[in-house]
Amino acid sequence: MATFGTLSDRLTATFSALRTKGKLSPADVDGTVREIRKALLDADVALPVVKDFTAAVRERALGDEVNKALNPAQQVVQIVNDELIGILGGQQRRLQFAKNPPTVIMLAGLQGAGKTTLAGKLAQWLKADGHTPLLVACDLQRPNAVQQLQVVAEQAGVAVFAPEPGNGVGDPVRVAKDAVKHAATALHDVVIVDTAGRLGVDAELMKQAGDIRKAIDPDEVLFVIDAMIGQDAVATAKAFQEGVDFTGVVLSKLDGDARGGAALSVASVTGRPIMFASTGEGLGDFEPFYPDRMASRILDL
Amino acid sequence: FTSPTIDEGTWDDLETALLGADFGPDLTDELLDELRAKVAQFKTTDPADLKRMLREALEERLAAHDPTLTLSNRPAVVLVVGVNGVGKTTTIGKFAKFLTGYGRTVVVGAADTFRAAAVDQLATWAERAGVQVVRPQHAGQDPASVAYQTVQFAIDNNIDIAIIDTAGRLQTKAGLMDELGKVTRVIEKLAPIAETLLVLDGTTGQNGVAQAEAFFESAGVTGLVVTKLDGSAKGGFVLRVQQQTGIPIKLIGQGEGIGDLTGFTPHVFAASLVP
Ligand SMILES: Nc1nc2c(ncn2[C@@H]2O[C@H](COP(=O)(O)OP(=O)(O)OP(=O)(O)O)[C@@H](O)[C@H]2O)c(=O)[nH]1
Ligand SMILES: Nc1nc2c(ncn2[C@@H]2O[C@H](COP(=O)(O)OP(=O)(O)OP(=O)(O)O)[C@@H](O)[C@H]2O)c(=O)[nH]1
Ligand SMILES: [K+]
Ligand SMILES: [Mg+2]
Ligand SMILES: [Mg+2]
Repeated sequence: MATFGTLSDRLTATFSALRTKGKLSPADVDGTVREIRKALLDADVALPVVKDFTAAVRERALGDEVNKALNPAQQVVQIVNDELIGILGGQQRRLQFAKNPPTVIMLAGLQGAGKTTLAGKLAQWLKADGHTPLLVACDLQRPNAVQQLQVVAEQAGVAVFAPEPGNGVGDPVRVAKDAVKHAATALHDVVIVDTAGRLGVDAELMKQAGDIRKAIDPDEVLFVIDAMIGQDAVATAKAFQEGVDFTGVVLSKLDGDARGGAALSVASVTGRPIMFASTGEGLGDFEPFYPDRMASRILDL
Repeated sequence: FTSPTIDEGTWDDLETALLGADFGPDLTDELLDELRAKVAQFKTTDPADLKRMLREALEERLAAHDPTLTLSNRPAVVLVVGVNGVGKTTTIGKFAKFLTGYGRTVVVGAADTFRAAAVDQLATWAERAGVQVVRPQHAGQDPASVAYQTVQFAIDNNIDIAIIDTAGRLQTKAGLMDELGKVTRVIEKLAPIAETLLVLDGTTGQNGVAQAEAFFESAGVTGLVVTKLDGSAKGGFVLRVQQQTGIPIKLIGQGEGIGDLTGFTPHVFAASLVP
């Protein structure tokens, strides 16, 4: 993908030309910052985020830590890496469980992001940890989303609450409310609510997601976002933050070769922690999010 | 544009717009260079001229390939491929409806035998479109054999067009990509493939190019479908895809309804890229 080599190689080449000069000038640093900017844009980091980020790096790169370094190129890469990890891991945290069960987890995101699959992954993972999760079919829109969740629940070996047939029939707000009541009596300690995919610009469906949230007051609202997404990540993340106010982010399809700049965009624009990485179609393909790995991936190091 | 005459601010605005539309840094630079040269050549200072020139430049590039679908074989076999969740199954539902609107008979084949409820999802779309569906005979059946049965069904029943759904797969999964080659070879025992359509999600960024290159290699893609353009994403990456692979854009998806599919018109797409 990176036909001109990795950022690290490119920066080393830029700096080797400067090696003899001793001290770096602002103009020298500007060339470097341009390389970093291009690497981030190639990785699909959103432009406003790239601007803020490169400004911060520029400032540090002009400081003594770079000028006094034996290898200024490596030092700049180190700074970029540190700053990235800072944003990606700024608010690292684990799943929040309710003091009084059931813990309610709601999933939201664009169409095809990986929500329903994630519902199964979370369920399997929580079950292995001794929990008794209940999957709730609140996507009553997408054709056969209810069946898909039923199959996924069966694969995970957990119960599913699916009172409505879907395909346009049934009220998702009501299903969500009833599910929480059902969980309390049937002794499920975690409720995972799958919702329909929706666009950030779809005011009506965004309001529906907000209504589901209000009806069940979830402990976590996880925003699922596809690692392949481009510059639209910012507008989408903001729309979901306003519409449902998510508490954490899950980055999906990280098993591909997308550099995943969306991770940086979303973390920096919303300030919400990225909690999990989804890394395949199988229910076991799921892990905590590692900011350092993600930083290297974005920079193609 | 914010400034009344073309100045550095105008160029910054333009760069921001192009990058924000997912053209990527290289194509953005290329377009900026081309436009700077044109602005100098025509000695214009009016941002409105610049905007028009940009639209023309985009339209010219978008129109460089023929967007016509070739569906004249009988049966015309259409294979639909792409990474996970881009809108393959939905596109098939819409496309089937689109074709029946032109009086064609259609059968769809559920060769995604992997994803949960994928067969039922396609069957729902077939019902909405009023077309027949060939389902696997058992769970997890070899996708190539479902594809084969679908084409056979079209031949036996004199159906004009057979559209085959496949499971989503990331282009980096060698085994799954090889499987597509097998599906293609098995279909071609019965009939040549008229179109292999690669579905690209309009919200995708620069990874779209890698997707197209890999699917072209493994499945001989003949056309692109860009979906989810009803959102705020512009889909500028598809211009890079078309330029780099030479595969024409043929269909555009703009919603989850059965009527939300149109042919590709360079003029309309260029206008949506530069509103
Ligand atoms: N390779 C890969 N595929 C994934 C991953 N997560 C989900 N998928 C696939 O992506 C596709 C969409 O996943 P879903 O779980 O149906 O996505 P969704 O967000 O529920 O989609 P809608 O309900 O239509 O909005 C399916 O083919 C999944 O198998 C992942 O981490 N890696
Ligand atoms: N807004 C919008 N949503 C779309 C469009 N096309 C498909 N979708 C939605 O995107 C999601 C995924 O669509 P599918 O047709 O299941 O995608 P797929 O490529 O078949 O997915 P897999 O088989 O899991 O790989 C569904 O929720 C669709 O309703 C579109 O043009 N606009
Ligand atoms: K997607
Ligand atoms: Mg779903
Ligand atoms: Mg499908």
